[in-house]
Amino acid sequence: MIGAGISGMQAALDIADSGYEVILVEKEPSIGGHMAQLSETFPTLDCSQCILTPRTVEVGQHPNIRLLTLSEVVDVEGEVGNFRVKILRHPRYVIEEKCTACDDCAKVCPMVVPNKFDRGLAARRAIYIPHPQAVPAVYTLDPDACMGLFPLACGKCAEACEADAIDYDMRPEIVEVEVGAIIVATGYELYQDEAVQAYTYMDHPDVMDGLEFERLLSASGPTGGKIIRPSDRTVPKEVVFIQCAGSRNPEHGVPYCSKICCMYTAKHAILYRHRIPDGQVYVFYIDIRAGGKGYEEFVTRAMEEDRTVYIRGRVSKVFSQDGKVMVWGVDTLTGSKVEIAADMVVVVAAIVPSEGSRRVAEMLGISVDEFGFYTASDAEMTPVEGGVPGVFLAGADLGPQDIPETVAQASGAAAKVLAMFQAAQVEMPEPEEIP
Amino acid sequence: MGIPYYPGCTLSTKAKNYDRSGRAVAAALGLELEELAEWQCCGATFPLVLDDSMALIAPTRILYQAQQAGERVATLCAICFNVLRRSQALLKRDPEMLERINWFTEQEYRGDMHVVHFLEILRDDLGWEALAERVVRPLTGLRVAPYYGCLLLRPYDEIGLDDPEDPSILHDLVRALGAEPVDFPYSIECCGSYLTVKDPQVSETLSKDIVTSARGCGAQAIITACPLCQFNLDYPQRETEAGRAGNEIPVLYFTQLMAVALGLPEEDWGMEEHYVDPRLLFNEQ
Repeated sequence: MIGAGISGMQAALDIADSGYEVILVEKEPSIGGHMAQLSETFPTLDCSQCILTPRTVEVGQHPNIRLLTLSEVVDVEGEVGNFRVKILRHPRYVIEEKCTACDDCAKVCPMVVPNKFDRGLAARRAIYIPHPQAVPAVYTLDPDACMGLFPLACGKCAEACEADAIDYDMRPEIVEVEVGAIIVATGYELYQDEAVQAYTYMDHPDVMDGLEFERLLSASGPTGGKIIRPSDRTVPKEVVFIQCAGSRNPEHGVPYCSKICCMYTAKHAILYRHRIPDGQVYVFYIDIRAGGKGYEEFVTRAMEEDRTVYIRGRVSKVFSQDGKVMVWGVDTLTGSKVEIAADMVVVVAAIVPSEGSRRVAEMLGISVDEFGFYTASDAEMTPVEGGVPGVFLAGADLGPQDIPETVAQASGAAAKVLAMFQAAQVEMPEPEEIP
Repeated sequence: MGIPYYPGCTLSTKAKNYDRSGRAVAAALGLELEELAEWQCCGATFPLVLDDSMALIAPTRILYQAQQAGERVATLCAICFNVLRRSQALLKRDPEMLERINWFTEQEYRGDMHVVHFLEILRDDLGWEALAERVVRPLTGLRVAPYYGCLLLRPYDEIGLDDPEDPSILHDLVRALGAEPVDFPYSIECCGSYLTVKDPQVSETLSKDIVTSARGCGAQAIITACPLCQFNLDYPQRETEAGRAGNEIPVLYFTQLMAVALGLPEEDWGMEEHYVDPRLLFNEQ
């Protein structure tokens, strides 16, 4: 199982619960993927961590799941039923079995860097745990940030560690395993390209992408769920969302619709308004795509109950002026120019395949479309089969999709694997003993 | 032989100082601009409808006249540049139109001239490093807002001089002269152009936003490559009966800034008739 986001976890649990062993490979230090970063989910406004954490814990403790974090699949040989997989384990410099997650090491670490999990909105030490609910619940030493590693100049964390869990001499390690099937769920990223940068001032602290806003909303996020402007820590009273930033833009971005943005923007608008009742949200949109059970009602709720102003049109420019983030756009329904002096702007960026997905595709022989999304052998009839026998696909690496879809797809891929294993056992009886 | 050069009407009348400083700077850099033997107005507006062949006659005649002088023709005026470059692009992709106009003018324009802006010659022929080496009076510490306007950059498909959203050519020039380019959000917004004649209130409002923004971002001067932009930004800052507001900011042609940095005599700067006198900037130094 390559990738331990929500879809990788779902597939791993389904297969492991059926009695087969799963090797779950994740390149990040902890599992859960983007879903772990979310505040609430649409359209039910469930707390994302609350529904995810039981799963991550189960994955971490499952007797049939061998979890390899900070790891990447680097080579695959063989064929269905008999893949030989090489997995590169990056050194954590912390012995997982010994670490008690007491935080003594981070307390003494002198190096401070942005925390990727919090989209850079908060800082962490060079030795860190990405977030309190992280699975595995062990610390990780970031060799790029640590000043003691090469050469050993600091060593404070090792001194502080009573469990004796820190090992500066850990080296990258190749693990070789044999597996019968491979499921790929490498997920997505947000578009960071120039098309989004074209709304210049993306470097302005109060202009952020959807995942950053998600971290601001999150009760376990860097602000404890308080919505404040990163620039001056004041409460933003006017927030502008720019939908389709990079999406549906064949000239300067990607031509496809990123599918989940209309919904999560409505969610953001509702959650913002619940936290800041006298605040105002403006949403620039091309059209609202709320296809899904309860989705249209959810957007209507954002408009009617939470007084979100939806402006049909695109934004031409975002810039900073007198402490405000100026937004220029057009309302194509009235044909008028719109200027909003906002306190915060959320650029609702396109969904793109995660970095490294092309490499995975090449390694396994999965075909990709022009944007790097994996293509199933038949999009209608075999949507989770990768075109290579024994290789299955799930999640947003197949294209933008929301959590329920991703989970259903993961279970589908798991079912395919289980069916194949069952069939293989029926077809291949034990060889007769030769007397 | 110098580079064939089309000055255009504005640079022969209202914007003589752009022409003068431009030619002086070019000569000082060994890039002499040689005025076409015969020329007339370009029409000042690229035809706004697809089949307006009438409006293409004037630019085609200019291109034909330039054809007698060489393979390319240089301009300083951003408006002439826009009209000629777009006309050239259209004639190249539409041979029938070229044939029709040639039939009407009874001239044989081949349709293959290169229309270049003097800024491109500086960037592509000379290079910013070579320009920097020629600077004798570096404008160290001077904060200059590069104002691009519209016609130098858009439409990108036909103009293609620089990134239409995030241009850098004037920034690079400012840097080569030893000054500091100031980014400001209005650097590619429209100044109102000809509305200054028909509906001056519109262009005054637009120009006020541009100037205020540049000043707010810390600029001490604005540079432009367009005579109409220069006028639209400079004129509203004029001294009125009520006096001056006291926060004026000079608006110069990029060639004037170059003339100073290249150490040319003051008569080549052509700064006598600005509404906000730029000379104060340099005499202070």
